[in-house]
Amino acid sequence: MKKLILATAVAATMGLGTAQNAMADRIALVISTLNNPFFVTLQEGAQAQAEALGHELIVLDSSNDAARELSNVEDALSRDIDVLLINPTDSDAVVSGVRTANARNVPVITLDRSANGGNVVSHIASDNVAGGEMAGEFIIEQLGGEGQVVQLEGVPGASATRNRGEGFMNAIEMMDSIELVATQPANFNRSEGLNVMENLLQAHQGIDAVFAQNDEMALGAQRALQASGLDDVVLVGFDGTDDGIQAVNDGKMSATIAQQPARIGEFGVTAADRLLKSESVEANVPVPLQLVTQE
Amino acid sequence: MTAIPMKRSAVRLLIDNKAFLALVLLVVVSAAMSDNFLTGDNLLNVLRQTSINAIIAMGVTFVILTAGIDLSVGAVLALSGAFAASMTASGLAPWISVPGSIAAGAAMGMVSGLFVAFGRIQAFVVTLVAMTVVRGATLVYTDGRPISIGGGDVADAFWQLGGGYWMGIPIPIYLMFFVFVLCWAVLHHTRFGRHVYAVGGNEQVARLSGINVNRIKVSVYAIAGGCAALAGVVLTARLGSAQPTAGMTYELDAIAAVVIGGTSLMGGRGRIFGTLVGALVIGVLNNALNILGVSSYFQMIAKGAVILLAVLIDSRSQSSS
Repeated sequence: MKKLILATAVAATMGLGTAQNAMADRIALVISTLNNPFFVTLQEGAQAQAEALGHELIVLDSSNDAARELSNVEDALSRDIDVLLINPTDSDAVVSGVRTANARNVPVITLDRSANGGNVVSHIASDNVAGGEMAGEFIIEQLGGEGQVVQLEGVPGASATRNRGEGFMNAIEMMDSIELVATQPANFNRSEGLNVMENLLQAHQGIDAVFAQNDEMALGAQRALQASGLDDVVLVGFDGTDDGIQAVNDGKMSATIAQQPARIGEFGVTAADRLLKSESVEANVPVPLQLVTQE
Repeated sequence: MTAIPMKRSAVRLLIDNKAFLALVLLVVVSAAMSDNFLTGDNLLNVLRQTSINAIIAMGVTFVILTAGIDLSVGAVLALSGAFAASMTASGLAPWISVPGSIAAGAAMGMVSGLFVAFGRIQAFVVTLVAMTVVRGATLVYTDGRPISIGGGDVADAFWQLGGGYWMGIPIPIYLMFFVFVLCWAVLHHTRFGRHVYAVGGNEQVARLSGINVNRIKVSVYAIAGGCAALAGVVLTARLGSAQPTAGMTYELDAIAAVVIGGTSLMGGRGRIFGTLVGALVIGVLNNALNILGVSSYFQMIAKGAVILLAVLIDSRSQSSS
């Protein structure tokens, strides 16, 4: 895959792309990072759909750096793209990039994370609030409506943290007999998930269920629970990464709320395709989430 | 000097290591605020969680004692951990994969050291470049995805390094104390150790008095790299897989531990014991914040405040003595 991106980039810089296929529309995907399986899969989904629809897709990696993101947008615009797909590093920081594209009259579609300003034609993302609710309801059902629950939060202040947390709280607050005994940040990170879960196990006895706001933290927590011999704790992750789904199938996690990153990428390119054909595009395109449990 | 009675040397220890006072204070406050803090289980838990940062920080101490800095240790940890994971997955026993990873980490550190010593480039710049390059190499090597250590006997043996116990005490704690004793012996009881202090104290004088300054510099970066690699092995073993983003910003935690421990960033002054204490301060703090259920937004402020306080106590004691 990396070779393919490289080849696309090289071809594009050398002008070979246009020479070989002058009719292909150019779509740029400025992606927050390719240093994370989720976004790699998103990019692969977009790439596959672009090939299927016969568009040229230029992928630029922002490495989670807002400054690089802006220069990626500028670089993409200087290559005369027709549509800009952007997966922001940060909803606020991306605004200047969106405005730059607006000024050049290139339509912008945001993927996964939204932009807090500028003119965006369409936003394509999983519904994180609904996903959090799905996790809460699954836990309530597994516990028979009663028990002590712990939540591992993502990076404080991130929109995914807020929305997943909000959905989860909506679900469990409906039940008086479900008690949230702790909610602590582990920054979407596996090793922090392990450490924080170990610490919480020291402070709380009789935890019945854990909701981790992503699979990485859930996999870390799973190590801590396993080491303490607490194999029957209901453990729910979020994202449906390869490792997460594997853990669910192995019975190490109870469930994961799977995002479908490949479909986010695919929907993005489809929306771009509709724009290029002057068809209408919804302002918000929710990409369905999936509750994945052991088969 | 050698005949100082035990009691006086214990008092001296406290005076010399104000960070130790900060640690004691932190433990007392945490214990007062939560019944779950001062239990045997939790203390082992804190030590185990601290071991990774402590092992990195002890290596970094050598570099900082020579008035250098190493920003690349987090990245070296990630790449060495990835090597260890893929070696384990391919069936190589820990007695091959662990020294192999440590050697790889030491080699990475050595390259930085060569540029610092012979290239005459500032350590900050060299290791910043090394951090970027090694991070990139980690992504290329892992293809941006976690590498699992796999299953079977070899993976189980490797996992013991992070998750195993011996006589009721987690293995990473033994590794941390092993590294501590080794570093302490090298720094305080060998000619090499004295030379490290001499280079940091005054490089010109060290050079004129016949110390091979370049050799010392290359060695300290190799030590830091080797320690980071061992930490990478422990982290990989604990998680059962190597993460491409492992060790992100660990260099800052390591430097914080060294500084809290009273080692001067100007070089020439500091102790390995201080670094161990500094790492424990950070470890206890992280643990206590979780146990006390402090809200995520306040945790970062609390961490910053405690680190500042620890350094402040230490710098006041240094200027008054």
